Amino acid sequence: MREFITQTWSWWFSGTMIAAIMFFLLYFGQSFGFSANLRTICAAAGLGKKTKFFDFNWKAQTWNLVFLVGAIVGGFIAKQFLSSDVPLEISQATINDLSKLGIAAPSGLQPAELFSLDAILSIKGFLVLALGGLLVGFGSRYAGGCTSGHAISGLSDLQVPSLIAVVGFFIGGLIMTFFIFPLIF
Amino acid sequence: MKFIKFLLLGIAFGIVMAKSEAISWFRIQEMFRFQAFHMYGIIGTAVMLGVIGVALVKKFKIRDFHGNPILFHPKEKSITRYLVGGTIFGLGWALSGACPGPMVVNIGYGFLSMGIVLLFAIVGTYLYGVLKEKLPH
Repeated sequence: MREFITQTWSWWFSGTMIAAIMFFLLYFGQSFGFSANLRTICAAAGLGKKTKFFDFNWKAQTWNLVFLVGAIVGGFIAKQFLSSDVPLEISQATINDLSKLGIAAPSGLQPAELFSLDAILSIKGFLVLALGGLLVGFGSRYAGGCTSGHAISGLSDLQVPSLIAVVGFFIGGLIMTFFIFPLIF
Repeated sequence: MKFIKFLLLGIAFGIVMAKSEAISWFRIQEMFRFQAFHMYGIIGTAVMLGVIGVALVKKFKIRDFHGNPILFHPKEKSITRYLVGGTIFGLGWALSGACPGPMVVNIGYGFLSMGIVLLFAIVGTYLYGVLKEKLPH
């Protein structure tokens, strides 16, 4: 039983759980869209005084901030009680491609080359993470949603704007992976 | 205590994202290189069940927990904002290996350096708010 929980959860079970979470949120009168929290945090920080985009009743979004806190707790529980030391089993083709970029095969969930203390204390390492975050934050609000709001909620409602956004996600992801990674790694 | 249900759903979300390894930079690379089915399976299953469920909610006019109708608001029509905004998002998703949900799950998992990514995602959101009127939508 313990091994069953600590191994990688299957795609079909994980996908089913994500759909269930989306429907629970709908049932509780809300909708699944995680990146809205970033805007809420800006509004809660008082940035609405100078910028109209952040001038809204952010307290109505408290439920989503609570969901965010839960997600942090969930990550903690997964690591402390539900994880094993078995390295991530990713495709050999990906391991080969990444090794050409100087990124070693997984020993944990994240590559040390990007997320270790040594990496983030280097100028390049810091800039990689900072730029990644900046693009995600800017792009998700520009597109009006992220993976949860567009790829999951929007596509479930067969919304054309969400399909266009998801196409954009892949255009950006492919450009980064195939054209920009060889320049920066 | 009306928020406890959202806390529990958030915890479930965090656990699923971590245990499915969708919070891993390696899994996002596998996806963008089309070298594994895993991420497509997760998103595809969620969307397939989502499409069926949303259609049923609409057909049977299912009400929420408060007794209000569950409504779906069509997003405003445009191509530019979704395509350009989506592309910018995708560049960042591949680089950091995390979209906003996985960023915070990673922090809970112990990858505190993901805090830099989250902090700058908030800065990016702020920059969008400042520049919004000047951008083509």
